[in-house]
Amino acid sequence: MARFISRRLFHLIFILIGVSILVFLMLRLIPGDPAHLLVGELASPQDIARIREKLGLDSSYVYQYFIYASNLLKGDMGTSIRSVPVSQEIFVRFLATVELSIAAMLISSLIGILAGVISSVRQYSIFDYFSMMMALVGISMPIFWLGLMLMYLFSVKWGILPMMGRFTMGLDYHVISGLVMLDSLLSGDIQLFFNSVKHLILPAFTLATIPMAIIARMTRSSMLEVMSKDYIRTARAKGLSRGTVIFRHALKNAFLPIITVIGLNFGLLLGGAVLTETIFSWPGLGRYVVDSLSARDYPAVQGCILFFAVIMVIVNLTVDIFYLYLDPRLRIDGKG
Amino acid sequence: MEKVEALVELKKNKTAMAGLILICFLLILALIGPWISPHPPLVPDPINRLKGPSWSHPFGTDSLGRDILSRVIYGSRISIIIGLIAVSISLVPGTILGLLSGFYGRKVDEPIMRGMDIMLAFPAILLAIFITAILGPSLLNTMIAVGIVYIPHYARIVRSSVLSLKEQLFVQAVRSLGGSNLRIISLHIFPNTIPPIIVYATLGMGTAVLQAAALGFLGLGAQPPTPEWGAMLSEGRQYIQNAPHVAAFPGIAIFMLVLGFNLFGDGLRDILDPSLR
Repeated sequence: MARFISRRLFHLIFILIGVSILVFLMLRLIPGDPAHLLVGELASPQDIARIREKLGLDSSYVYQYFIYASNLLKGDMGTSIRSVPVSQEIFVRFLATVELSIAAMLISSLIGILAGVISSVRQYSIFDYFSMMMALVGISMPIFWLGLMLMYLFSVKWGILPMMGRFTMGLDYHVISGLVMLDSLLSGDIQLFFNSVKHLILPAFTLATIPMAIIARMTRSSMLEVMSKDYIRTARAKGLSRGTVIFRHALKNAFLPIITVIGLNFGLLLGGAVLTETIFSWPGLGRYVVDSLSARDYPAVQGCILFFAVIMVIVNLTVDIFYLYLDPRLRIDGKG
Repeated sequence: MEKVEALVELKKNKTAMAGLILICFLLILALIGPWISPHPPLVPDPINRLKGPSWSHPFGTDSLGRDILSRVIYGSRISIIIGLIAVSISLVPGTILGLLSGFYGRKVDEPIMRGMDIMLAFPAILLAIFITAILGPSLLNTMIAVGIVYIPHYARIVRSSVLSLKEQLFVQAVRSLGGSNLRIISLHIFPNTIPPIIVYATLGMGTAVLQAAALGFLGLGAQPPTPEWGAMLSEGRQYIQNAPHVAAFPGIAIFMLVLGFNLFGDGLRDILDPSLR
């Protein structure tokens, strides 16, 4: 197992170097002088000269990359055109994305697994057909459209849920962890808590649709495979109740691929909430990328993309390690 | 599997047929669009701005008074072409890389697959955004961006089927008869990788249409006044409070096209490649 993890870590370093080169090249590939791109049209010649010197723009690309990479290692992702360190902005925005992604993953895992289990137990029933059809609908729907329609129905037409943001402007919010729901509970502010929950429902549900569909399909196929195994027949023959057989024996053994799908989708949500965050004006990282792009704030875009890639790589590694932990057979193989 | 046999199976597969009918419907709509659309898609009509659905405008009108039904019909041409071109852009290099990687093993495999890993380290939509940021926002660049993003997926699928194919007896036989590598790859291995490629490309059409629409929605794809579905949705977003129909209909169109490809692809997978299930 240790060998497996160390090999994966080595692999990870390699990928990160590749990703950083790609992100570094971005500024060089965009037409125009990088210094101009960084500081914008209105910058004074002195500013541009300063940036040119800082980036070493007159030296070779290899040298420039080393400056960039060594700054990254120090945690310096550059400064956005709003004169704030990119790493600082990313951190604050990331917490908003984390809050949304966790909520979406909870919704999608709960409904997805439940629908998958029922579908597999009652294979070819009306419920099975219906839920698998819904899963197909879920992955075929543009989520930015679903988000807009939900927003229209729940906010505009029925006025039940708020349209955008994390909580109503003007409410007092003391930042502790950066996760509004958690902080409001910690400070005992019930009003803010319910307010933030209400704000979370629509975006979280929108974001949950695709993972929900994928989890339901995976649960169903994995359960169907396990349910045909001998030990399930044995468990039934022993006279165990249906519920015990399904949840204790079958689901437990069917869980491995489900966990993988959940983990990978969580990674995707952390980086892929661009559309949902844009629609609901959720101040997370996805929207930050889009905003930065339209403001031509390239250091910010560069930083975000690098950050997302790192998150994806870490999530993949975690899923793999978790897999080893859950399946002892793989652990023995890994040692050999 | 014999071709005829596959066609018979296809006819029996309800999922695949439902998908095929949906795709054909939209394809015909795209082909005869100019003759059946009730209004010109680009001509503004300031008096009839943001009108809801009516007899003369079944899908209503947008913020410039243009007929949304006509724009949706013209948009089907754009989306289908985006899908086809984007999938071709990922398919061709992806297949070649997968063939080389799987066939030649280690020395060729490692650099290619590690390169693919680096691309896969980015969430798809972000990599596409990243590429359009470099190329600049336009319809053509949307296709290129979406195409590049999915190259690794095809490379992986092809590589894994090559890995199992090259160990098989018929490949060994050709080799022992003195068949060159090029001959083995192009005449014996490649034809056998086609079924999984067809399945994946069909599902990939749906994904490509969705991604392209997403880029259009973010303002990185087709620019106004092009009637691209994603861009139309983006415009509809501004009027969601008073005129939800502006966003509703292009979204339904995207959904139908993507659903068609997903249904058809799912059905094809059951027929052509049961191992992928």
